[in-house]
Amino acid sequence: MTWVNAVIQGILLGGLYALFACGLSLMFGVMRIINLAHGDLALLGTFMVMVASQHLGLSPFAALVIVLPGAAAVGYVLQLGILQRSLRGGELAPLLATFGLSVVIGNLLLEIFSADTHSLSAGALTTASWHISSQLSIPALGVLIFAVAVLVLGGLQLFLSRTSLGRAMRATADDPGTAELVGINSRRVYATASAIAIASAALAGMFFGMRSSFDPTLGPAQLIFAFEAVVIGGLGSLWATLVGGVILGVAQTVGAQIDPSWSILSGHILFLAVLAFRSGGIFTAREVRV
Amino acid sequence: MSSEVRVVRWSRVSLAFAASTCGLLVALAFVPYVFGPGTTEKLTELFVLIILAAMWNALAGYGGLVSVGQQAFIGIGAYAVIVLTDHGINGYLAVVLAGLFAGLVSLPTSLLVFRLRGGQFAIGMWVVAEVFRLLVTNDASLGGGTGRALTSLDVYAPADRQAYTYWVALAVMAVLILAGFVLLRSRVGAALQAVRDDEVAARSVGVPVARAKRIVFAFAAAGCGAAGAITMINTLSVTPDSIFGVQWTAYMIFMVLLGGLGTFEGPVLGALVLFGIQQEFQDAASWYLVGLGAVAIGVTLVLPRGVWGAVVDRFGLRLVPVGYTLRGLLAHTSGAPGHERPEPSMTTT
Repeated sequence: MTWVNAVIQGILLGGLYALFACGLSLMFGVMRIINLAHGDLALLGTFMVMVASQHLGLSPFAALVIVLPGAAAVGYVLQLGILQRSLRGGELAPLLATFGLSVVIGNLLLEIFSADTHSLSAGALTTASWHISSQLSIPALGVLIFAVAVLVLGGLQLFLSRTSLGRAMRATADDPGTAELVGINSRRVYATASAIAIASAALAGMFFGMRSSFDPTLGPAQLIFAFEAVVIGGLGSLWATLVGGVILGVAQTVGAQIDPSWSILSGHILFLAVLAFRSGGIFTAREVRV
Repeated sequence: MSSEVRVVRWSRVSLAFAASTCGLLVALAFVPYVFGPGTTEKLTELFVLIILAAMWNALAGYGGLVSVGQQAFIGIGAYAVIVLTDHGINGYLAVVLAGLFAGLVSLPTSLLVFRLRGGQFAIGMWVVAEVFRLLVTNDASLGGGTGRALTSLDVYAPADRQAYTYWVALAVMAVLILAGFVLLRSRVGAALQAVRDDEVAARSVGVPVARAKRIVFAFAAAGCGAAGAITMINTLSVTPDSIFGVQWTAYMIFMVLLGGLGTFEGPVLGALVLFGIQQEFQDAASWYLVGLGAVAIGVTLVLPRGVWGAVVDRFGLRLVPVGYTLRGLLAHTSGAPGHERPEPSMTTT
């Protein structure tokens, strides 16, 4: 039963990784940018929710009303101010700029909030769970995070396939030059994609902060997990990212069940195994574009 | 008219520079006789930075491989020294072997990470570094998460030990810089620059892309491994979190970008600047990293070829003859702004 429990916890954890990953996946799909600051931006969201809820006396969920638009604005400005400019410098420049940004954000957070661990309280939700048996319980927060992940990924998929802005985004992703010819403002499309990506990262950051305690050094780890979820699932489809996140989450919790010190490592090893044997990800056959 | 045009590699400036570099290396070799262990310890740190900058530049500036996980090989080099000396091998010989071992480890690693391109390769290498960090952390014989001290060099008197360490670092740096110079002037270097500029085009004219990349990846890994090994014998203790830490990548990117990505001289200049900054601001650890990151962003956006790249573009000054210069009809091939280094292609007209 402990194994079943580990698998269930892993599936729920995978929802969080998929939520972290969808913004990374969107920016890569639309702009071909791997945002190395994604994890640190998500963690910035965590800290902003913490600050807002401490100073305004709001619950973390209410704080999202302020933090999500703020994160979207950060994403919009980030694209127009830094990424757009770096895209002109060739394919390496966005990587270098976003790595610099990751170092800046991570160390600013460290300077402001110190290396102490912090936590976000989700109220009664933090401890609520359904006890199936003595060894098997399903945490309500985990289920909520998974449901939100499914909603966000599904909503994003619908947005890309059904709305005119989503179509513009896919057109720009395919060929920005031709998209410009038919009247699409690629700069605005890129900035919008970046805004959505950073807002989703901040949302993931809030849930991350509720799920476990956190400190300013954890940004890069979230980037790595998000990236592993994207690669394990296979680039191109947001649903594949969800499956990738779940596989990564299960690998970590089952690894931890074998030996607690092997939790993160077994996720990495699974990632390397996917790279070795199915380098296109689990869903290689289906060509679905974001 | 064609008889007017000559292709030259060595100019008077670069010959003079090569001679003065040799002179400087000889002078540096005498430093332990004049200055105390404090100075040689600091200079050893500088040599490590120069090695790292040169390696990351070879990888990204010539190979087009941006890695944020070279700390994998730095850490492997450092821990290889511990393992080798545990088996009774001399600590200084172990530095060389550790570098070679890191290069060896990079070959199977490349089979995996070369399946990723661009930014995916960058993070893929980060995962590799994390895997090695966690493997070391889980290994009690290597000291686990608290790390290990290197005791085998205690057979030397402290002053002698510091001098030997300094000489080994100086020699390893000189050999690696020279090897980098030879590698980048060779056919592999020309192939790498072709790949960096346009991989598809390079492949279509028969450039052995994968082989060239693998060679520079192994070279950079061996160099980073040697740098980690030198750090080990210089500081005499190590923890997995620091030696496998991503701050090494922050240093490398800062040095190479500031100095000039894809220029041979620039990264050394960047290493000198970082060394100076570290002496001034090392106490304010996180603020100084904020500054390094901000400068890296700024240089990427405003000065993409770094300080030395700007000097080359403006004055055509080239101290280390890695490329070719066309003399005669045109003063320099590199006159146009934004022009890449003179293309090392003697076959074109």
